[in-house]
Amino acid sequence: MNLLIIIAGVTVGIAAVVLTMLGNPANMGFCIACFLRDIAGACRLHQAAVVQYVRPEIVGIVLGSTVMSLFSREFKARAGSSPAVRFVLGACVMIGALVFLGCPLRMVIRMGGGDLNAFVGFVGFAVGILIGIFFLRRGFSLKRSYNAATAEGFALPGFMVLLFIVFLIAPALFAMSSAGPGSKHAPVVIAFVIALAVGALAQKSRLCMVGGMRDVVMFRDFTLLSGFIAVFITVLAGNILLGSFRGFSTYLQPIAHGAQLWNLLGMTAVGWGSVLLGGCPLRQLILAGEGNGDSAVTVFGMIAGAAVAHNFKLAGGAAALKDGVYSVGGIGLNGQIALTVIFGILLLVSVMNLPKEK
Amino acid sequence: MVDARGLSCPLPVVMVQKEVTKNNPAELEVMVDARVCVENVTRFGKSQGYSVTVEEIDGEYKLLLRK
Repeated sequence: MNLLIIIAGVTVGIAAVVLTMLGNPANMGFCIACFLRDIAGACRLHQAAVVQYVRPEIVGIVLGSTVMSLFSREFKARAGSSPAVRFVLGACVMIGALVFLGCPLRMVIRMGGGDLNAFVGFVGFAVGILIGIFFLRRGFSLKRSYNAATAEGFALPGFMVLLFIVFLIAPALFAMSSAGPGSKHAPVVIAFVIALAVGALAQKSRLCMVGGMRDVVMFRDFTLLSGFIAVFITVLAGNILLGSFRGFSTYLQPIAHGAQLWNLLGMTAVGWGSVLLGGCPLRQLILAGEGNGDSAVTVFGMIAGAAVAHNFKLAGGAAALKDGVYSVGGIGLNGQIALTVIFGILLLVSVMNLPKEK
Repeated sequence: MVDARGLSCPLPVVMVQKEVTKNNPAELEVMVDARVCVENVTRFGKSQGYSVTVEEIDGEYKLLLRK
């Protein structure tokens, strides 16, 4: 039983290292937040020229989950569990992730790449999960979902198929980065095929970056955490084997900043929001792939959140060395205010969805 | 009986955990409608010393936890 999730974790780790080797940005073999942000940019929902590309990895993960769940007869169209709140939570999680510069999966990949800033993010992530658990234990729920028409279940897989076909036929329709992280990518077909396998395995194994710690704290269940640890160890080993590991440091890490308070708080928002949603951004893609309309709405919320993050300059800026001067990077006042507002939203959602006192 | 149909994980497990902690029943029936919830409730039930049987009825699942 645990073997499957470890295999999934190892596969994701290997896939991340291989995709980076084939052209994806450093320590960004996979990043659900970054890649949804790139898709938002490619669709011109934001104008940040360095992060615009239709990432085949996202398409592959969703469709891998769809194929696997259809094959195992698990695909089930369902929806109706506080969709509007989920949209908002998806946006909040995305903004928190872009403050830190990565989703929980990229956080683990960055940790395996020796980025100590990500370890600070990890502490924040754990704090956020504990806050979420506090509310779960008091009865927090976004209420039940219901069976829905088949079309609801295919909303996100259908959107992904359409996006990918248009991208393959008429790439000029999209905005594409010519510099920066958006310009760095593995070959389309290879990225898509690798992501298909990852999506299928993640669906089958229930791999979730937030579920690991949550289940250990709540139920003393280490199943999901073993997947999290497997990703970390595989990426670390892969980087060492390929000679790209240069020890653990906070200094000038790829697409990362050293503003530690904001690394911590960004991931606190991600951990908290993800617990309320019932899974990390990767898990939301997988659930949407298997017919969950609520998770599809969450993914659309994440895409909207990415657009807001860049249009309103909320996202973190990476550390940089320019003319011998080291800048630690981080977020500006807009981002700091936005994150404060997000904590207010998360608190409101948490409290308003507790059981009514009798 | 714990009716956790339509609820996403981990809520079904949280509900079962609450019931087990509060009443420590020798037998507990749990209704869920997703296979992932069957797996999670089964794993939790077994960790609490229950044997678990699962019956599928029209796409929904009835789990019987027995001590």
